[in-house]
Amino acid sequence: MFSRIALIAGLVVMALPAVATGIDDAVTDFTLDNGMQVVVIEDHRAPVVQQMVWYKAGSADEPRGASGIAHFLEHLMFKGTDTMAPGELSATVAANGGQDNAFTTYDYTAYYQRVAADRLELMMKMEADRMVNLRLTEKDIETERNVVLEERNQRTENNPRALFREQMNAVQYYNHRYGVPVIGWKHEVEALDLDDALSFYRTYYAPNDAILVVSGDVDPQEVRALAEKYYGAIPANPDLPERVRAQEPPQRAARRLVFRDPRVAQPYVSRSYLAPERDPGAQEKAAALYLLSELLGGGSTSYLTDRLQFRDKLAVYTGAFYSGTSLDDTTFDFVIVPREGVSLQEAEAALDKALADFMREGVDQEMLDRIKLQLRAARIYALDNVDGIASRYGRALSIGLTVEDVKAWPEILQSVTAEQIMAAAREVLRPEVSVTGWLMRDGEMTQ
Amino acid sequence: MKTLAAIAIAWILAAVPALAEVKIQEVISPKGIRAWLVEEHSIPFTALEIRFKGGTSLDAPGKRGAVNLMSALLEEGAGDMDAQGFARAVESLAASFSFGAGDDTVSVSARFLSENRDQAVALLRTALLEPRFDQEAIDRVRAQVISGLKSDAKDPNAIAGEAFAKMAYGDHPYGSKGEGTIESVSALTRDDILAAHRGVFARDRLFVGAVGDITPEELGALLDRLLADLPETGAPMPPKANVTIEGGVTVIPFDTPQSVALFGQPGMDRHDPDFFAAYVMNQILGGGSFEGRLMKEVREKRGLTYGVYSYLVPKDLAAVYMGQVSSANDRIAQAIEVIRAEWRRMAEEGVTEKELQDAKTYLTGAYPLRFDGNSRIASILVGMQLDDLPIDYVNTRNDRINAVTLEEVNRVARELLQPDKLHFVVVGRPVGLETSGPD
Repeated sequence: MFSRIALIAGLVVMALPAVATGIDDAVTDFTLDNGMQVVVIEDHRAPVVQQMVWYKAGSADEPRGASGIAHFLEHLMFKGTDTMAPGELSATVAANGGQDNAFTTYDYTAYYQRVAADRLELMMKMEADRMVNLRLTEKDIETERNVVLEERNQRTENNPRALFREQMNAVQYYNHRYGVPVIGWKHEVEALDLDDALSFYRTYYAPNDAILVVSGDVDPQEVRALAEKYYGAIPANPDLPERVRAQEPPQRAARRLVFRDPRVAQPYVSRSYLAPERDPGAQEKAAALYLLSELLGGGSTSYLTDRLQFRDKLAVYTGAFYSGTSLDDTTFDFVIVPREGVSLQEAEAALDKALADFMREGVDQEMLDRIKLQLRAARIYALDNVDGIASRYGRALSIGLTVEDVKAWPEILQSVTAEQIMAAAREVLRPEVSVTGWLMRDGEMTQ
Repeated sequence: MKTLAAIAIAWILAAVPALAEVKIQEVISPKGIRAWLVEEHSIPFTALEIRFKGGTSLDAPGKRGAVNLMSALLEEGAGDMDAQGFARAVESLAASFSFGAGDDTVSVSARFLSENRDQAVALLRTALLEPRFDQEAIDRVRAQVISGLKSDAKDPNAIAGEAFAKMAYGDHPYGSKGEGTIESVSALTRDDILAAHRGVFARDRLFVGAVGDITPEELGALLDRLLADLPETGAPMPPKANVTIEGGVTVIPFDTPQSVALFGQPGMDRHDPDFFAAYVMNQILGGGSFEGRLMKEVREKRGLTYGVYSYLVPKDLAAVYMGQVSSANDRIAQAIEVIRAEWRRMAEEGVTEKELQDAKTYLTGAYPLRFDGNSRIASILVGMQLDDLPIDYVNTRNDRINAVTLEEVNRVARELLQPDKLHFVVVGRPVGLETSGPD
């Protein structure tokens, strides 16, 4: 079996890159005179288009005390403008057989519509309209704030795992706004008002703070003409603040927390470490950390799974996570869910022992080769999901990476060596700067 | 505003969006296995979706959870490979296989590159035909299933779902979770898993959809290699379920800030001649977009929830019409009152011509958006076969939607909607709500 697999793997390694370069040819990018970046990704297999507008403004850009305003504004953007009644934008998208929605994260807020390709102009007209012409009433604020509070109830208050994650982030970030939840602290959301919304809107919603990503059955020249007509007519905001946030100080002590909730059915240990993110022209360390997360927790053959689920039979689930697409310092995370009869103390000790052993043993080259092979194949599978590629560009550009950075990323991943991965691991996974959380049932003893 | 509306209407009249060219071929393999295929040679991979009718409802009495556990174990060792040997083999081909167990089907979803298609199919074949079901793997995966069941027992959505199913379907398999109970899963033996495997995987219940870089001839040969050696017949299909839903409220006390409500009443069979009219009616009442009446009334006007939806659930063995909403404990009673009122208003007054037109434009326009990737299309192909739809359905579906008349929608609203039979299962500490209605 092994020899056959090895042979196959060899063939795949040789054949993949030639096909996988295809997607870059489908990407066109340019910048409008007012500073709005535009990326077009062509896929002519179906007469469908997706328009996304990404604002480089997320919850981490909010003023202190007004947490949740970025997300609240996202909801309010579906209210009216000078020329559209409240709800009319979505109604018009629906009446054209399309779908629309939006999402907010720490670093960006994005709006999108998917619709038949010949409706792109209408979508642009409406999206450009609400970039600057939003009209809000006190009634909009009151009703929609209740909707957001119910959203927080649904996502967070009703879910002890989400509450625990909030506490973990707050403990991980002492000074940076990544420590405050995207949806906002409940008491601050309850106090958000019209002025908060309009102030955030006027500060950040402008073409020089936005990225247009159009994907699907479109011609880049036509997209450019439409973008110039609708978005190009909007003046840049000369007072757009520079995107500088309060940064984390160096962490000098390990931090711990225990979160108890009677609704917890399955206790687990969560661990995070502050980690560097992808930076323009400097993505190598982030690539090494991504591969490290795959090696440690990327699937049933990964180091932690092999060790803790298969060999020692201490866990029902283990995972390692790293996402480098972030404007400021991100985190490298672990979770271990112990089996029945295994305490959190034992689970945490097993995780630490496994990590220490990994540091000593180093990278399994065969495993690294398999991961790289799958990443190459993923580029082929990705061609089937042009909207996924569009999101990748939108995310990356909204945290300051360039189109060139996005195009270079797959090759950087392929070029990372085992030595670079271990160097990144030694730099980031230091026990003295960890944050460890235990999620427990109410009344459960810590020992 | 007037200008914009005029533009929008003109566009609608100008062109209902053309459906992507989805050319579905029927392929019969040399050994007689039938599949639907869409050739798509521009990307060098194939998505394959296989479903076996029966699903977790095939669980033998007292063996609830066996089909689910069996399905989860298919990737945990096969042929001469243990669980991780199998996983390494899949990774080395950069293929992906996933196995799922639902109420009505067990699904096998596969994706593999053209350049190693034969090896990937051979590997998938070992998982389907030669799973090892090692005791070590059974115990490991069983622990994961039980962990999930424990979490469900403290999850308001799962609690509501389980209670509603029990009420609606009673002792039928639909009336309990396909994952089983902690007790039933703990008691499952390797023999039970083997029996579930024999019961599920047979040629008399097999449906296949394929999309990608593969010709009909290649697919025929692939089907024979992969599936021809399955036994002809499996376990007998379970009987139809009797749906018993009486109007009222069931409150399940649970300490959490937001109450979760599932609601429902008897539904409509997928093959009912009125199904399209019911589907359009539901789009107007509680369909997923912001334009549904429930969303407008409960969320947009009153801010009582983040989301409220209704949906027809035509399963193979029973049909219900359901919905869901979540609101803070002190607001859920009001949300339920508004939903009841909308249910009644729809039954009594029906819809307007404009609502019907808007729903049709949305549904016909949104349909082509579903065909957005090989795996999605492969699923659609299998779903069509399971629903007994003709192979040209994709090209006629929008005509059927457009053919629905106002009179039909309003008659179906009157006949289908039974405000007095609408039952709400509420999990939380709802203020001003008590269990009521027939036991």
